[in-house]
Amino acid sequence: MTTTVVPPRVSGEGDQAGTGHLEELRVDPIGLMERTRAECGDVGTFRLADRDVVLLTGPDANEIFFRAPEEELDQAEAYPFMTPIFGEGVVFDASPEERRKALHNQALRDKFMRGHAETIAAEVERMVARAPDGGDIDLLDWFAELTIYTSSACLIGQRFREQLDGRFAALYHDLEQGTDALAYVDPYADIESFHKRDAARVGLVQLVEAIMATRAAEPPPQRDERDLLDVLMSIRNDDGSPHFSADIITGMFISMMFAGHHTTSGTAAWTLIELLRHPDFLAEVVGELDTVAAEGAEVSYQALREMPKLEAAIKEALRLHPPLILLLRVAKVPLEVVGCAIPAGALVAASPTVSNRDPAAFDDPETFDPRRYLEPREDDLANPWSWIPFGAGRHRCVGAAFAMMQLKAIFCVLLRQFTFELTQPHDTYRNDHSKMVVQLAQPCGARMTPRTPNRALV
Amino acid sequence: MTSWRIVVDHDLCQGHGVCESEAPDVFSVSKAGELTVLADSPRDGHRQAVEAAVKFCPTHALTIVEET
Repeated sequence: MTTTVVPPRVSGEGDQAGTGHLEELRVDPIGLMERTRAECGDVGTFRLADRDVVLLTGPDANEIFFRAPEEELDQAEAYPFMTPIFGEGVVFDASPEERRKALHNQALRDKFMRGHAETIAAEVERMVARAPDGGDIDLLDWFAELTIYTSSACLIGQRFREQLDGRFAALYHDLEQGTDALAYVDPYADIESFHKRDAARVGLVQLVEAIMATRAAEPPPQRDERDLLDVLMSIRNDDGSPHFSADIITGMFISMMFAGHHTTSGTAAWTLIELLRHPDFLAEVVGELDTVAAEGAEVSYQALREMPKLEAAIKEALRLHPPLILLLRVAKVPLEVVGCAIPAGALVAASPTVSNRDPAAFDDPETFDPRRYLEPREDDLANPWSWIPFGAGRHRCVGAAFAMMQLKAIFCVLLRQFTFELTQPHDTYRNDHSKMVVQLAQPCGARMTPRTPNRALV
Repeated sequence: MTSWRIVVDHDLCQGHGVCESEAPDVFSVSKAGELTVLADSPRDGHRQAVEAAVKFCPTHALTIVEET
């Protein structure tokens, strides 16, 4: 007979009347998670106000976390900070089975990837065309705006993207900043970031409402030009009134774009920062791009699939700087994980940040070493339950292939046309961990210079 | 003479349809994302396409098993 024990608790909890580790999570979440593993091992508990969070680390516990079906470890109640962003009734009001189907976004199917590759490359060309001679950029702002255009064009449609500008990106940023862990106590607490979040959502609904009003006043588009917004607007109730309000449609769009926005934006920035910190490997990547994607050639889907060095650089940026540092579920039933008993109702977590730097899986885990992904090492494939920037198993990010293709397309355009340099001391680039949505801390400057001034851009 | 067959880990498959793009005679993915292997032991003429499907499967859900 096996005996199970209560998971050990990490130090620093304070007295019972307080909010436990909530304040530490809002300031130094990685320090908290690393200490939990150091003190407790593969299964350890910290406290968020009146809820226990059982943090699983190490490949054995991670495998249980990622293999568990939704009926055991459920996402729906685990992210209370998302409900005010998506809106009531948008994402998590469906059964696990319905959600699985809904999550299977048709736009992420392989047969659409070729078109997406061209769309993304064209969006990058448009961004760089604003300043053909280069100049100074803020990495957070630049990539966040770019990925608003790429994700809206690919997931909602080109027509909708053409009706967006920088205002949408700025409001979207305020939404992402409204993910303070304080939401575990009160998602509508009286703090500035929550007020800005709610104002931003109202602003986004107004932008979408205006776009809908314009469309309603125009003749309907050709069938092959219709985007998701046209389709949603065409759905009518029996009495002829529109089925979806601007509020619901905005919530759907926010939720469709959310998973792929700050994640891709941050990874693009970190890939560039790490390559600029490691110029030898950057030179190899640029050499690969110049060879695989010949000058003037359009960015083809097939070419994008065969870029092992660029892919390795992106994977290593993802390992060291995973955009999601804490993945959460709620235990729907009592569970046993490597000898520890987890009660129903507990929050259960896995941490890409901690697991991606497990010295048992990765040699020299703190070092940026893209060669670890090249044959025959392939550290990511050899350690599927430790290399988890996209999660793993049945819950692996459904957008992972799209994200990787998108990041390659972005660098394929940028690095063939421009050289980059960091405009700050290299060790000043860091993430801001004060929100559950991790973003690059500003300032995060870079300078871009055309490689050859008269190079054809097409 | 050697033969080979395809093994699918349905726990990992998310129905992206990369295999169908690579080897449409061998794999079919429904609109709901359900994968059907049309030929468990395809002919050698399909081998290259199936290898590409295994390589590019975004969730590494496919394996080729050699049988002697």
